[in-house]
Amino acid sequence: MTSAETRSGFILPLLEGDEGSPFWQGCARGELLVQACARCGRRRMPPRPMCPYCRSTKRRWEATSGRATVWSYVVVHPPLLPAYAELAPYNVVVVALDDDPSIRFVGNLVDGPDASINSIDPATITIGAPVQVVFQPVDDVTFPRWTPR
Amino acid sequence: MVSGPLTDKTAIVGIGQTTFGKGLPESELELACVAISNALDDCGIPPHEVDGLASYTMEQNREVDVARSVGLGDVTWFSQVGFGGGAGCGVVGQAAMAVVTGQANIVVAWRARKRAAATSRPWSQVVARVGEHQQWTRPFGLLRPVDEIAMLTRRYMHEYGGTRDHLANVAIAARKHANRNPAATMYEKPLTREQYMNARWISEPLCLFDNCLETDGALAVVITSAERARDLPQPPAYIHSFAQSIPPQHQTMTNYFTDDPLRGPAWVCAEKLWATSEIRPDDIKVAQLYDAFSPLILLSLEGYQFCGRGEGGPFTDNGAIELGGRLPVNTSGAGMSEAYVHGFNLVTEGVRQVRGTSTAQVEGADNCLVTSGEGVPTSALVLRTP
Repeated sequence: MTSAETRSGFILPLLEGDEGSPFWQGCARGELLVQACARCGRRRMPPRPMCPYCRSTKRRWEATSGRATVWSYVVVHPPLLPAYAELAPYNVVVVALDDDPSIRFVGNLVDGPDASINSIDPATITIGAPVQVVFQPVDDVTFPRWTPR
Repeated sequence: MVSGPLTDKTAIVGIGQTTFGKGLPESELELACVAISNALDDCGIPPHEVDGLASYTMEQNREVDVARSVGLGDVTWFSQVGFGGGAGCGVVGQAAMAVVTGQANIVVAWRARKRAAATSRPWSQVVARVGEHQQWTRPFGLLRPVDEIAMLTRRYMHEYGGTRDHLANVAIAARKHANRNPAATMYEKPLTREQYMNARWISEPLCLFDNCLETDGALAVVITSAERARDLPQPPAYIHSFAQSIPPQHQTMTNYFTDDPLRGPAWVCAEKLWATSEIRPDDIKVAQLYDAFSPLILLSLEGYQFCGRGEGGPFTDNGAIELGGRLPVNTSGAGMSEAYVHGFNLVTEGVRQVRGTSTAQVEGADNCLVTSGEGVPTSALVLRTP
């Protein structure tokens, strides 16, 4: 970790050296990846070094369809860190993957691949709504976000 | 319904606190020392007899600094409990274990915190790059504890039909109790349902009044054996049962990834707590439930078996959690209206209830449930009179 602020002012993930780094590297290639055990095959999110089902440390990253449904959401208002406050109110969602609904991701709903996290009218967000992953660059990171389908 | 090796073997015999406020001039160390000194005076035990120290891993004051300021003697046991607001009852319970096992005879447990300044709030301590669990939430703007709990709250409302009126019941009950407590931050400030409904959003579906206060202050308690307690001036609050919990696959605060995210640490903690308690949930006269956010009360009512799943909201209707109701909850005003000191004021209020000295005293309160943070690895205590 570093105490220096990022160029965008957003909080960013580590692209190397963390258990989750392969996820972000996948996003940069336009792939939504999920960690899976290389022995028993069970998927897990968030990623971790040992499979909680069979205790294997062998692990791999698998591509997903990128299709999901909204599991829950919030609409965030200040006080917030400055870069986020500029966009408030904005939404944050939890989505459950269609491929495997036990796998969930936190993200944001956007009105298209280039739209901001405040581009969706919060009143139109519903739990259960079908969404599709899109990828958006922020500084040196590619964020997965979600757009209605 | 069996007794365990801890059952009624120890008691909280002294309680102490500082004033609560924003921007208090004292350092966290001074606040800790004053609260501990007050707790020792409350039970008439001199500092040199204290041989055990317990606090939170998030406590910034070190044991050595506290010990040499308060003037402690030979300390033979010290320990800390993790996970912020989940720690409070764990700190007290582990102190009880130290006394029962003979590692210490007199334990001081405390929490001191200067939280009221905006710059002291953990979420505002900017870290540009995050790994581990934070990378799955923070970059997307889920920045603050309130955002994390609001996400579970929305799902709770969706699954069970919980409403903002239920959350308002929680905020208003705490405020009514604080309005009776001169030490409470909100002593002179009533809260109406209309004010609640018109309050600004913080993280929808949670508004300003669904949040705890931000407080500078400290609290301390003294724990010793039941035998010693009998010779001390205050009526002992016996530690009847104690439990901690981390449920399977749990992720602290952002527990969105398990099969059943709305079944949090309270459920596991309750199973352990009631397994070594002769007092049943139906016998509990008053409860101090950790309230960093109002929805935690609904979850805790369910988790600690006062009602079924999804019934926490309706449970709060018709004044049920106010003084005079079916189960008065948070009778000092607690984190939402007295002070937010990581829930340690819930422990001291539990002691006051079984002593009979609360400013919102429940008649015939011969026991009290005290819980620590739901949504994080947690802990709970059942306190009782002799």
